[in-house]
Amino acid sequence: MKAKKQTSNTIIYIVLTVLAVAFLVPIFLVIMNSFKNKLYINTTPFLLPSAESFVGLRNYIDGLTKIKFWESIGYSLFITIASVIVIIVCCSMAAWYIVRVKSKITSAVYFLFIGSMVVPFQMVMYTMTKIANMTHLDNYLGIVVLYLGFGAPMAVFMFTGYVRGIPTELEEAALVDGCNPLNMFIKVIFPVLKPITITVAILDAMWIWNDFQLPYLIIGTKYRTVPVAIQYLKSGYGSIDYGHLMAVIVVALIPIVIFYFACQKYIIEGIVAGAVKG
Amino acid sequence: MQKTYKRYFAIFMIPTLAAFLVAFAIPFVMGLYLSFCNFKTIGNAKWVGLTNYMFVFKDSSGFLSALWFTVKVAVVGVISTNVLSFALALLLTKGLKGTNVYRTIFFLPNLIGGIILGYIWQLLLNGILINLTGADLTYSATYGYWGIIILYNWQKIGYLMIIYIAGIQAIPGDLYEAASIDGANYWQTLKSIVIPLVMSTVTVCSFLSLTDCFKMYDQNLALTGGAPANQTAMLALDISNTYYNRVGFAGVGQAKAVVFTVIVFAVALIQLRATRSREAE
Repeated sequence: MKAKKQTSNTIIYIVLTVLAVAFLVPIFLVIMNSFKNKLYINTTPFLLPSAESFVGLRNYIDGLTKIKFWESIGYSLFITIASVIVIIVCCSMAAWYIVRVKSKITSAVYFLFIGSMVVPFQMVMYTMTKIANMTHLDNYLGIVVLYLGFGAPMAVFMFTGYVRGIPTELEEAALVDGCNPLNMFIKVIFPVLKPITITVAILDAMWIWNDFQLPYLIIGTKYRTVPVAIQYLKSGYGSIDYGHLMAVIVVALIPIVIFYFACQKYIIEGIVAGAVKG
Repeated sequence: MQKTYKRYFAIFMIPTLAAFLVAFAIPFVMGLYLSFCNFKTIGNAKWVGLTNYMFVFKDSSGFLSALWFTVKVAVVGVISTNVLSFALALLLTKGLKGTNVYRTIFFLPNLIGGIILGYIWQLLLNGILINLTGADLTYSATYGYWGIIILYNWQKIGYLMIIYIAGIQAIPGDLYEAASIDGANYWQTLKSIVIPLVMSTVTVCSFLSLTDCFKMYDQNLALTGGAPANQTAMLALDISNTYYNRVGFAGVGQAKAVVFTVIVFAVALIQLRATRSREAE
């Protein structure tokens, strides 16, 4: 019985290891090819760099400077961080208000938010772009407002679920002590929301960092975020230099991997919480 | 209390509401109206009734073929990702040592954005195809189709697996004990305890993967870009191409987007009904 269990465990390990390797091969392949001359990438991507195909850091230096990739990383970082902060502050307040003030308006807003989560982006893409141009939201500050608008439904939905579980005694005590509702929210409620705040921050950070179509349409010609810059490298300069593309992808993966290993526990908890509530 | 709170409506609600109106609600209403118009810019829109919608359903190489392609991707993509991620979740909840390492690796692709994923897989699949057949992904719609399916599995398996693991771990341990006392073997336990008790997780996961698959854009754009001849364009890509690559077709694009929205709503509702009813049994 025990021997049988041991063999079955060995088989499971073998299956898992084969799968894990299969999952990592594509990433390894990109790293490997980022050191090769472009002529060798398309035809023989599976060969290790050889004396004639190896170009050292050439692809990195040329690829990154050609599309000013550092600027792109800067825009992506700024837009992601600013949007996440704005979404958390505004949506936690709105969610608290929706739960505590029962009126036709708040429940209408709530259901509007829920319904909007299913709507595909293409439905509003064209008209939203025109409105953003007219209202001068088409820059890296204005896009934060748009991310608040698009991120609000999910964030409000998750925050309301959490606020419902908070007893009102806390708030009443603070109000009796002379706090106004805004101070009370900042001092009493917001700290209690910490677990759900982390979840919302992680889900939104992943979404905004990787988002392509919104920044492409709104600010793509002037301020290129990382995914937009990569797409331009592919389509915007005539013939494609796969060496540059590989190098840029490797650099784009670095922040993601750092983020993943730094916050892995929160990311996985956040995914589960987000899925179960969503 | 409510009265005091109500005076703070502006501070608590206006920022979020205003952004939602500008980004979503107003564009949505305008988009609905423009789907019945012929226009080059929003200012010169002319009401044309159902003309745009008639065109959407007559143009069989555009919307309808994209819809059919999306359905094919969604059916195979949703089933394969859910089956594989559930199987992985079962393997990773057996209490073996080192499962965290595997979980970490399987989840990693999910953090990578669709554009980057598309180009990573383009490199790999083109490498294989060129060596085997001499042609690349753009040569045939079949290649593109399976490319999208493989990419989608690589991206989503880890994500769904995490949710399935949480679902399996929520099953109370004494149920397993009771089953083993009754002499149930592994497959019997799986069939009569695990699967019925993770049905609510199945609902969540199939809902997430289905709506996600229907709305797929970035991966499709980067991997195949619709090649050859838009045969591998899913709905989101076909609609975007109609707006931006065909002059004078913005109204048709908007009508397609409205139909797309209705379809996504219908699919979501039907699918939630179907799995919810199975859950109740």
